[in-house]
Amino acid sequence: MSNINFLKPDRTNLNTFLYLGSFLFFISILDVFLNSFFRLNLTGFLPNFLSFLLPLILGFVGLYFIRIEYSGIKNLDLLNKHINTNNFNAVLSLLIIFIIIKSLPPILSWFVIDASFAGDTKDVCTGSGACWTYIKVWMRRFMYGMYPNAEQWRINLSFVALVLLGSVGYFATDKFKKYLTLYYVVIYPLIAFLFIFFFISGGPVFFDFSYGIIAAILSIIIGFFIPSKFKFYYFLIVPLALYVILKYFLFFEEYIELGKLDGLNWVETGAWGGLSLTFIISFFCLIFCFPIGMAFALGRRSEFPLIRYISVGFIEFWRGVPLITVLFMSAVMFPMFLPEDFFIDKLVRAIIAISLFEAAYVAEVIRGGLQALPRGQYEAAKSLGMGYWKMHIFVILPQALKLVIPGIANTFLALVKDTPLIFVVGLLEIVGMLNLAKTNPKWLGFAMEGYVFAAIIFWIICYAMSKYSYNLEQKYKTDR
Amino acid sequence: MNFKLKDIVPQLITVLAVVLVFGFFTYNAQINMENRGIDFGYGFLSQESSFDVQFSLIEYDGSHSYFRAYLVGLLNTILVSVIGIIIATILGVIVGIARLSPNYLINKFAAFYVEFFRNIPLLLQIFFWYFAALRALPLPQDAEAIFGVFFLTIKGLYVPAFIWQNFNIFFYSIIAAIIAIIVIRAHAKKVQENQGKQIPVFLISIGLIFILPLLSFLIGGVRLSFEVPVLKQLATTSFIYEGGVSLPPELIALTLSLSLYTATFIAECVRAGIQGVGKGQKEAAASIGLTPNQVLKLVIMPQALRIIIPPTTNQYLNLTKNSSLAAAIAYPDLVLVFAGTALMQTGKAIEIVSITMFTYLTLSISISILMNWYNKKIAIQEK
Repeated sequence: MSNINFLKPDRTNLNTFLYLGSFLFFISILDVFLNSFFRLNLTGFLPNFLSFLLPLILGFVGLYFIRIEYSGIKNLDLLNKHINTNNFNAVLSLLIIFIIIKSLPPILSWFVIDASFAGDTKDVCTGSGACWTYIKVWMRRFMYGMYPNAEQWRINLSFVALVLLGSVGYFATDKFKKYLTLYYVVIYPLIAFLFIFFFISGGPVFFDFSYGIIAAILSIIIGFFIPSKFKFYYFLIVPLALYVILKYFLFFEEYIELGKLDGLNWVETGAWGGLSLTFIISFFCLIFCFPIGMAFALGRRSEFPLIRYISVGFIEFWRGVPLITVLFMSAVMFPMFLPEDFFIDKLVRAIIAISLFEAAYVAEVIRGGLQALPRGQYEAAKSLGMGYWKMHIFVILPQALKLVIPGIANTFLALVKDTPLIFVVGLLEIVGMLNLAKTNPKWLGFAMEGYVFAAIIFWIICYAMSKYSYNLEQKYKTDR
Repeated sequence: MNFKLKDIVPQLITVLAVVLVFGFFTYNAQINMENRGIDFGYGFLSQESSFDVQFSLIEYDGSHSYFRAYLVGLLNTILVSVIGIIIATILGVIVGIARLSPNYLINKFAAFYVEFFRNIPLLLQIFFWYFAALRALPLPQDAEAIFGVFFLTIKGLYVPAFIWQNFNIFFYSIIAAIIAIIVIRAHAKKVQENQGKQIPVFLISIGLIFILPLLSFLIGGVRLSFEVPVLKQLATTSFIYEGGVSLPPELIALTLSLSLYTATFIAECVRAGIQGVGKGQKEAAASIGLTPNQVLKLVIMPQALRIIIPPTTNQYLNLTKNSSLAAAIAYPDLVLVFAGTALMQTGKAIEIVSITMFTYLTLSISISILMNWYNKKIAIQEK
């Protein structure tokens, strides 16, 4: 170790170095600051190359002067510890500070200072900044798509109602807590479904719903007399079979009209769009992909080889193809696979396609949770005499799902970020609406504003979700 | 008997359900195709395609077959994926390490980057780069040269082309260098195990990989020259660059957004991997007298890579699959050329969509088989 401290401060001469160092550091930052905010170049008299690098050199020397192991001055020690640990770090810190100072003025002026907010025509947007007027004028389109302006309260009302109904879990007392799963898995989706169909769509619901309801009620009643060993397979097959028998062999009618709400006009799904469509699609895909994924995760770990192979095949197939080809399939190939008179709306087709696609990812995430559980849990449950379903519902799944909360949240985030892809089937959510607005002859040339706006919205949604999932993870973390 | 029945019945029911569903679909498809007068078959692949593709790596025009068009699309997909994977890996590793930096500013900067880019849909980013950012670039005649040879214009990036003479010899010299390095590594390991001596393998390897190709220039007669793009006037207001290699803006926007987006995920994998190595490992390694470099090389990296590689491979797969978003900005990849244009022209929906899906499936399954094999190889052997 050499004892020569070349230009290094120590406790005795700290003050001199401190003044000199902070002065140089300050000068370097001031130079960049004046340069970027006021377009003043203090070092203009120097050669071009030197003038460009001077702040970096000054700042580097300044930081070198004030670097000391321990000074006793709180702020200085913090500075040294966090941004000034060695030469390399000092240069990087300086560069980042300079980049921030340099990029602030253009960003600020584009976003706020030179931007135009007032008015409702393109003429107000003369400045060099952003034209937020464009966003303001097109706001309804970005939020609701082609949904008629006069009817948009229906979407708002439905969303508010669904959010309120969804937040029931927060206020439920302990007495009702045990019904919450049932509520969220069965009742809430049903309510949401009815809201969408009667309220947002508003059309006469031609739906062979009623056969389904009859089949469901009948099969539940008969289900009580089926031995529990076969209950799963019974419920897998009998309701569907009943439905088919009722529809094609007993009643022959094409549809039963469930009726519509009086005073509401029908808005076809082609007119839905914007951010509200993003929400609708994410909501339904989440609801559908979760149980499907769970079934295939269990299937992949089943002891029956055929079920296992089928599950592996399903999961690997959907995980192996890009979503855009899945949507292509739902748009051009799927109608070929259905009976000719059987028409499925393109929104429903898109939701089915995305749900199946995401279900494969959910399945893999849940399988990870199942694998992470120690064998002892399975053995303990079995030794209590629990069957397959009891064991999974009361012992395995509650623990496994707790483990995979972050993974599920990530999958759901991916789902929300994938919704813009539905442009493939001709539905326009917010990004699609932006592309449409961009080509409007009255509003040419505002692509940047539109994309920035959509990016901010998506960023807020996704960031909030990822933070929420992090909180959930912390909340349900159980040490083992 | 009862025991067997219990095993067989659920499987039978499941298989029956799957067969029924598929049978139903096939039956309907047959009827539908009969009604519309479409016949099923892959014969169209050898027919003349009669459409043109903007950007292709192999020779192609309308007189070639549909199969050739498929190859063009596939190669374009692979091109964009490979470039994207390389950039994303470099960026991801840098950002991942930066997120662990003790420097507050670097740390936060990296965190900001990750949180910013991973929370915006990829499609939106592609649109942003293609329709907003790259449209703000200058026209060819106004473009300023970067380092005198690159031209970044609204019509794409023009870079100099490499013109090689005796490229074979250069190529062989690189292969020779790689073989020499492998031999030296094996030798060094033997020497260390037998005598405890260490040979500076890393320095020798770097030397070899530079010196041998350099020798090929000096002795082997390898020549390298550049063809710089030159501005050419087509009409009074229309200019293009000639010579060199031109990268279309679609390709630039796609690689840029794909790699910026995927790099955030790779960065998180790298961070998790390095953090996943226990602190005790580092301290133990230091306490038996390893130098910091050896600690990193012999103790940290092997354990960190075990955590890093599986999720990173997954990200590569995602990038390859996400490259299909190219269709949205008309970059001629597999989806656009084959599932788009070719499908429109032939109307063979089932055949073309199934070929496209099967191609992606083959790509991803082969990568995931490789990954599983590697995973098994490096996993800790538990007793």
